[in-house]
Amino acid sequence: MTDDTRSAGAAPVLLVRGLCKDFPGVKALDGVDFTLRAGEVHALLGENGAGKSTLIKTVTGVLQRDGGSVSVAGREIHPKGPADALAAGIGTVYQEVNLLPNLSVAENLFIGRQPRRFGLVDTGGIRRRATGIMRRYGVDIDVRRSLSDFSVAIQQIVAIARAVDLSAGVLILDEPTASLDAREVDQLFETMRGLTARGIGIVFVTHFLDQVYAVADRITVLRNGRLVGTRDAADLPRLDLVSMMLGRELERATHLARPERPAAEGRAPFVSFRRYGRRGQVEPFDLDVARGEIVGVAGLLGSGRSETAKLAFGAERADSGEVRVDGAPVRLASPRDAVALRFGFCPEERKTEGIVGDLSVRENIVLALQAQRGWLSRLTRAEGDRIADEFIRRLDIRTRDAETPIRLLSGGNQQKAVLARWLATAPEFLILDEPTRGIDIGAHAEIVRLIEDLCRAGMALLVVSSELEEVVAYSDRIRVLRDCRHVGDLVGDRVSVGGIIETIASEARP
Amino acid sequence: MNARLLPLTATLVIFAAAYALCILQFPAFGTTRVMGNLLTDNAFLGIAAVGMTFVIVSGGIDLSVGAVIAFVGVFLAVGIGRLGIPPALAFALALLVASLFGAAMGAVIHVFEIPPFIVTLAGMFLARGASSVITTESVPIDAPLYARLNDVVVMLPGKGRLTLVAMVMLAVFAAASLVAHRTRFGRNVYAIGGNRTSAELMGIPVGTTTVLIYAFSGLCAGIAGIVFSLYTSAGYSLAAVGVELDTIAAVVIGGTLLTGGSGFVMGTFVGVLIQGMIQTYITFDGTLSSWWTKIVIGLLLFGFILLQRGLLALGGRGQARTAH
Repeated sequence: MTDDTRSAGAAPVLLVRGLCKDFPGVKALDGVDFTLRAGEVHALLGENGAGKSTLIKTVTGVLQRDGGSVSVAGREIHPKGPADALAAGIGTVYQEVNLLPNLSVAENLFIGRQPRRFGLVDTGGIRRRATGIMRRYGVDIDVRRSLSDFSVAIQQIVAIARAVDLSAGVLILDEPTASLDAREVDQLFETMRGLTARGIGIVFVTHFLDQVYAVADRITVLRNGRLVGTRDAADLPRLDLVSMMLGRELERATHLARPERPAAEGRAPFVSFRRYGRRGQVEPFDLDVARGEIVGVAGLLGSGRSETAKLAFGAERADSGEVRVDGAPVRLASPRDAVALRFGFCPEERKTEGIVGDLSVRENIVLALQAQRGWLSRLTRAEGDRIADEFIRRLDIRTRDAETPIRLLSGGNQQKAVLARWLATAPEFLILDEPTRGIDIGAHAEIVRLIEDLCRAGMALLVVSSELEEVVAYSDRIRVLRDCRHVGDLVGDRVSVGGIIETIASEARP
Repeated sequence: MNARLLPLTATLVIFAAAYALCILQFPAFGTTRVMGNLLTDNAFLGIAAVGMTFVIVSGGIDLSVGAVIAFVGVFLAVGIGRLGIPPALAFALALLVASLFGAAMGAVIHVFEIPPFIVTLAGMFLARGASSVITTESVPIDAPLYARLNDVVVMLPGKGRLTLVAMVMLAVFAAASLVAHRTRFGRNVYAIGGNRTSAELMGIPVGTTTVLIYAFSGLCAGIAGIVFSLYTSAGYSLAAVGVELDTIAAVVIGGTLLTGGSGFVMGTFVGVLIQGMIQTYITFDGTLSSWWTKIVIGLLLFGFILLQRGLLALGGRGQARTAH
């Protein structure tokens, strides 16, 4: 770790020391240090739950800190909200541009602080000054036009211009590139370099490693609310960066027992996707899954894992490519189509996308089966009871009875009920997104065993997981994603945690 | 062309076309006399619609204006006629009460985060009820000042008469247009209508502005009440029923988006003229029921709301990429 006080002459514009933030049951931030120097782009990285957004929110006053200190240009601050933080010198631009689309660009820059002449807003003056400001960012536009007339990239730059104009040297960009295309990203980076040349320090939050290396001077990695380290980008190989983020040293990568199943290679695929993708979510990919095969999907947060799962189920509509089932082209435009094709899908957000909390375990289990049969041919109560009881027994769902509201169950048992819902439809292709997230260790093992059982029974499975050891343990093949692209397949001996990390860190396209 | 100007352009085109048709059928429509009467007859509606424009641009609604007009009418009739309050003082009191009433509604809307529809609906019942409590009779006003004020007329070339109430309306429109486009308050109204959360994050005083918006609407309703009282020389608790809906129609036909954030005070002026013109046409025709006004207004409203919907859809496509 570089010593901030020693290295480089630049004074810190933002100094965070020992920052703590507790949420009920979780230490979201545990003594985090962060130093932003004048004139640097400082990337802030971390996986899910690392504490990135908590750090940003605490620094900008959206959340109040429970310990530690935050100073801007040497003065400690206690912002009560974003407006406070702005007054203290910290400007923030969010992914969703928080400006007023119905007003002109000039007004967005000056609203609330318009220069006035004879008590009236000096529109001419505002226009001239706004034109000047936008030119400094290399944007020559008619500032009288509505903000909504311009691309997201221009809106982003207007937001940055306003934040910089109002703040004093600290600019936080929270995933600013998420909705920009490659050319717009370059334009944004150009803007960022222009700002650092003026001595402004920029905190850059992103999921895209390529962008980190393209623009960042230093990198800070958080994991589980703790600081992992701060390094100069030039001295940090990708491989080390990915290891820092995932918290695994290559040599220590554990090897769980690999499943012993007949190799799926060479078998005809059950489902195959060709040049399948959706603009802005996942670049077109080819993917085959055979019966009795588990394909794991691995990648960093934001690499397009969940998007791939949703596309494969038709929950997001692909805008390119085709799908074949048993070699025959099929239509997959909605989850309805997917259910008709005997696909099943357990989404990542169990609470919001998976369970219907107030319905009983039985109702949750028969939901997909009923949908598959159509609402006209109602499942009888007796049938529903029989199916629910069978799965409660088979999957060992711990519930008082089938009529208990599902929200009262533990996470692992809710997950099993969601699985049961799809198993009840007898799917042939099952897509699982983070099947073991948020459930305890014991339930973990049960779910993994269940996945393997289903595979042995001849089901085709696509399993997205951020638990690398786990995905290595049950997958026949691992598809690795980076920056919304499918970048490689690992088979045979290459199926290992090290293999995944190396593939993620491998140099990007030229 | 800027999409935001489209509704206003549509309003102007419809007005011009309708006016041309009217003149073709009844050449008298082109005289300053008809024009002068058009302004006089719709003065109170126009003034109330100015306040409503601010409210709707901010994303709200004010259902109380008709009731406030009636209340001011009764207040003046009883105050001047029965209690002998000097008319000028009565005017000032009426405006003060109307503004404070609006401010109170704005405060409730902001502090308790209750939808404006509900709060101003309650305000409507309150004001209507209060005027009925004062008196349920129609009280005539025969103050000399009223006669004098009604005699203030600027003669237009061609025997047209520009009355005082018409001039008041034109002045209110001119002043409000300046406030809307050239003051921080006016711009803040548009900002809140564009996106309340963003406006708050950008440091705009959302609370104060909301109170001021409804106070301003109350003030306009108060002026409209005085103008109505001059126009009718009487106060009646059941007067101006449904005027709030006519003003909303005028604002929307004038090209202001019901969703807020976009619109022009001068658009509302044209919206009021369109309504008045339809009424005048029906009077000229003589055979049509005056309810045809409502039918035409209804059709126009439908048309404009569909137009707005289309514009929002167009705008939504541009924004689609921001969505996740």
